[in-house]
Amino acid sequence: MFSNISDKLYKTLIYKDRYKYILDGFGVTLQVTFFAVLIGILIGFLVAAIRSTHDKTGKMKIANVICNLYLTVVRGTPVVVQLMIIYYVVFASAPVGKVFVAVMAFGLNSGAYVAEIFRSGIMSISQGQFEAGRSLGFTYAQTMRYIIIPQAFKNVLPALGNEFIVLLKETSVAGYIALQDLTKSGDIIRSQTYDAFTSLITVAIIYLILILIFTKLVSILERRLRSSDH
Amino acid sequence: MTTNKGEVIIKVEDLHKVFGELHAVNGISEEIRKGEVVVIVGPSGSGKSTFLRSLNLLEVPDKGRILFEGIDITDKKVDINRHRQRMGMVFQHFNLFPHKTVMENITLAPIKLKGIKEVDGKKRAMELLEMVGLPDKANTYPSKLSGGQKQRIAIVRALAMDPDVMLFDEPTSALDPEMVGEVLEIMKTLAREGMTMVVVTHEMGFAKEVANRVIFMDEGVIREQASPKEFFENPKDTRLQEFLSKVL
Repeated sequence: MFSNISDKLYKTLIYKDRYKYILDGFGVTLQVTFFAVLIGILIGFLVAAIRSTHDKTGKMKIANVICNLYLTVVRGTPVVVQLMIIYYVVFASAPVGKVFVAVMAFGLNSGAYVAEIFRSGIMSISQGQFEAGRSLGFTYAQTMRYIIIPQAFKNVLPALGNEFIVLLKETSVAGYIALQDLTKSGDIIRSQTYDAFTSLITVAIIYLILILIFTKLVSILERRLRSSDH
Repeated sequence: MTTNKGEVIIKVEDLHKVFGELHAVNGISEEIRKGEVVVIVGPSGSGKSTFLRSLNLLEVPDKGRILFEGIDITDKKVDINRHRQRMGMVFQHFNLFPHKTVMENITLAPIKLKGIKEVDGKKRAMELLEMVGLPDKANTYPSKLSGGQKQRIAIVRALAMDPDVMLFDEPTSALDPEMVGEVLEIMKTLAREGMTMVVVTHEMGFAKEVANRVIFMDEGVIREQASPKEFFENPKDTRLQEFLSKVL
């Protein structure tokens, strides 16, 4: 039994340096997730700022319409379809790397969800906080920056952490554009060893560990930000 | 003693504010003079809070002008933020910033808006905290304070900007009865020191004792105004007589 497992592990990871597939794929998955998160936060922040400014002041009508269109399209279509459209249609004739395409696709996708998370956070802060800031003489932007956003961020941190976990897992469909991420690497090994169990469980465990670490980091940050509540 | 305390600091001309069907403020013209304590009373829904909130443009009037120290702040070209720095406001629900300590609540605006140095801002904040009897709360977060303490800090936060006028929007309405006194005491001190104050309140005792002028509002208009003595002992308007018979 034991020798059987170590045999399988040997075949899956050591023989012909197959662990290198896993390492490479792991790197690609991390890279895509990291940059997609950054783009997601950037887009999400911008869209949320436009949408809540529109909700609160009635300004930025056209920008708000564009944002709504973006949200509807992104949230109304599957991420795999978005990924393939960006790869096969948008960048069809452009000489860009697959990692870049994946970063763009997942970043654009995540931005829509992050935008709504940020916006719900801003809307969750009472109007009184806003009025207190304005009554002291802060501009709309200063009130947002010093008073509303710090509180909103604290409120949405759990939802934001969750969104990034979802994003990390969603990058596993990158194989659809033949990008060799962690999932694809496991699949390549499976096709070589015909041992689906070991290769796929290995990949699953790596995802799980990554996500456990990330969850822990978020909860530490959350606890630090909560220090003013008690 | 009722009027003519000093120069006009706020001049309101034919102010109107409409919410949907409701004409909350229906044509008010009024003057507030330097050093005056003006108390506005009236039944709920009479438009008194809307009127007060219009004075620093938290409610943007639909019609009419507000001149603050001679400048029409309803003019779109005027930078309202600059003028709000000189109009302190205290809210019914305190609206302290929960993510900041008491000290940060007080010093945020003076440091960011007036460019006051942090040490000087803190020094001034401590003086004000001494005045309201809460110097030991400087490093506390608002969630640890009682309602009365929160409101005293909120008053300090507004005072830290050295405003020319203080607006109070039902400052004791959200407080437990035993905490009303401590907030009113601070307001009396301010009045005694010559601060110009416009106060919307249900505290008739405060109006009697501290006000130079009491205004009665109903259905968006000023029905009567007089010195406290005249106002409470000899009300002329029938609605005011009715109102006073209910609240006194």
